[in-house]
Amino acid sequence: MSAVVAEHDHHDHGPAKGLLRWIITTNHKDIGTLYLLFALAMFFVGGAMAMVIRAELFEPGLQFVDPAFFNSMTTMHALVMVFGAVMPAFVGLANWMIPMMIGAPDMALPRMNNMSFWLLVAGVLLLASTLLMEGGAPASGWTLYPPLVLQTGKALPFAIFSVHLLGISSIMGAINIIATIFNMRAPAMTLMKMPMFVWTWLITAFLLIAIMPVFAGAVTMLLTDKFFQTSFFDAAGGGDPVLYQHIFWFFGHPEVYVMILPTFGVASTIIPVFARKPLFGYSSMVYATAAIAFLSFIVWAHHMFTVGMPIAGELYFMYATMLIAIPTGVKVFNWTATMWKGSMTFETPMLFSIAFVVLFTMGGFTGLMMSIAPVDFQYHDTYFIVAHFHYTLVPASVFILMAAGYFWLPKWTGHMYNERIGQLHFWLSAISVNILFFPQHFLGLAGMPRRIPDYAIQFADWNMISSIGGFIFGASQLLFLYIVVDTIRGGTGEKVTDEVWEDASKHSLEWTLSSPPPYHSFTTPPTSIPTEHI
Amino acid sequence: MSKDVANKNIKLARTLLLVAVAMFGFGYALVPLYDVLCEWKWIERDRPDDIKKVPEVAYQIDRNREVTVEFMTTLNESTPMKFRAEKKQLKVHPGEYHTVNFYAENKTDNAMVARAIPSFSPAVISRYFEKIECFCFSEQTFKAKEAKIMPMRFVINPALPEQYKTITLSYTFFDNTEKSVKK
Repeated sequence: MSAVVAEHDHHDHGPAKGLLRWIITTNHKDIGTLYLLFALAMFFVGGAMAMVIRAELFEPGLQFVDPAFFNSMTTMHALVMVFGAVMPAFVGLANWMIPMMIGAPDMALPRMNNMSFWLLVAGVLLLASTLLMEGGAPASGWTLYPPLVLQTGKALPFAIFSVHLLGISSIMGAINIIATIFNMRAPAMTLMKMPMFVWTWLITAFLLIAIMPVFAGAVTMLLTDKFFQTSFFDAAGGGDPVLYQHIFWFFGHPEVYVMILPTFGVASTIIPVFARKPLFGYSSMVYATAAIAFLSFIVWAHHMFTVGMPIAGELYFMYATMLIAIPTGVKVFNWTATMWKGSMTFETPMLFSIAFVVLFTMGGFTGLMMSIAPVDFQYHDTYFIVAHFHYTLVPASVFILMAAGYFWLPKWTGHMYNERIGQLHFWLSAISVNILFFPQHFLGLAGMPRRIPDYAIQFADWNMISSIGGFIFGASQLLFLYIVVDTIRGGTGEKVTDEVWEDASKHSLEWTLSSPPPYHSFTTPPTSIPTEHI
Repeated sequence: MSKDVANKNIKLARTLLLVAVAMFGFGYALVPLYDVLCEWKWIERDRPDDIKKVPEVAYQIDRNREVTVEFMTTLNESTPMKFRAEKKQLKVHPGEYHTVNFYAENKTDNAMVARAIPSFSPAVISRYFEKIECFCFSEQTFKAKEAKIMPMRFVINPALPEQYKTITLSYTFFDNTEKSVKK
């Protein structure tokens, strides 16, 4: 393998010189790096907004910000984290890893790849600029429900165009990923030999193509309702605001799976390496992913149990939602079975992955509770919901992104990260994330509503504990920033091997390349495919 | 990348782009689909057609039970009107006809066009709540400072299931002056 690498190193026309390299690059690794760094930056921007929220909620009463700005913060925190941090981070991983995992030289459509990254930056900047506008940034929650969202000030059209840009960017990214996976695989890489990360991204990309245009359509209707006298959602003109909720959640439910399916893929990649065993039930993992993706399209109204539906509708959406627990349960079972009797070691990426399996399962169980239509009337729009989706996003998607960072940083940079600081980062994060979000279950069950800057004093104690957890969690993430910078600049100075982790090259192709890998991954397709992951 | 693969990539990208465009259209197709589902009563929504233009049907009055009907009046955003019902609530027997007067006044010095939209809680009630006469849905024109008394005549169908003892009927007035001028 290394002979192949050495041979095409000489043919490489490497990266362009200077800063311009990062603007005009069409290289999958450069663009992957841009995506990941941008996502990391947005993680801190969105995180700072979360700190404003938790600071205001530290005590009852209004202390730091006025209520309108508080509502802008909850809205912008969500939009920035979803569209600026988690989704781009996974696209970044896809850019870096998919060509290396399937034995391709680069992504299928490199120029479009560059464009989709810069459209993302434009979209997020446009969104951020609304913070400075008259009337403030959107404050209606990330769901942008009318009629409330139509009361946004000057920011409304800018927020809507920003959603358009982000949508176009995601769709182009998704098209690129599908084309890469379908057309660029090494001849020996059949579909059912693909690493799970590639499989989950293939399915995610189809979800994105199906749903982002629907969301774009919904916000376009908002735009024409506000400025062009249409009445899609305007009751006065014969429209119905509930229609928006149906369209939004037709997008919104698959959208949350866009953030979790690649998470599953990375977990299925990391756990076998540190358990030193093949992934348990590879094909059932593939089918479970596809099943979850399919189900995501037919359960949307479980977000709307309280808006008024015939009893048959409530029952259908309740049972359909419960069905999702089956393929998800298969996955959790398979991860556990992969670790069973494995020769496990607990390096930082594995610690984050194990925490993911445990804490994501908890988020899944609260989801199951909310799927029961009659009891959802109690949970609806309370902090219970906030606790649920933060458990499925923070100690799940975000933890797995951290795990991916620790897992692949040595491959990307050729340097080893500092394991002791990594472990410290893990333990601080894993403990504080529970101090942060677990009490929110109690607050929600006791009736504290979402998206409010002030609350009854009965909620004071748990809010204070939650805020303390939030501050510790937020501060701990600076350790990750330190590790990323430190590793890029040489890390521990330890020389990493090509496969970095023991026997990793038996699991996936990227570990057969040098560390750091050559600028163009596989100019000649590899002939043998590692099959330990299957 | 060979020419062959490059062509395949572009072809696939075009197909996928078409899918994306089609899904944009699908978002819009959900609008008429929603209307159809409402018509089939899969989703409860009160429509202008639900107001009966036919003579009153004589129902068997169910004297064994009483249903409380509450009336709520709301103004959307800053609609410059006064709007209230003559009664906050009314106890009725299913099958009995009643008329309730609503009072609306234009507070401005200009003519205005407004429209009232009804809403029920619980939503499933709407199919048992039959309105014979109503000011809702249709555009109401007010001269400057004009006040109107608007009657609403209704009956509750005796088929109403036993468990519903309180019905809330809410009207929201929307200022439609701008939209109707532009039309």
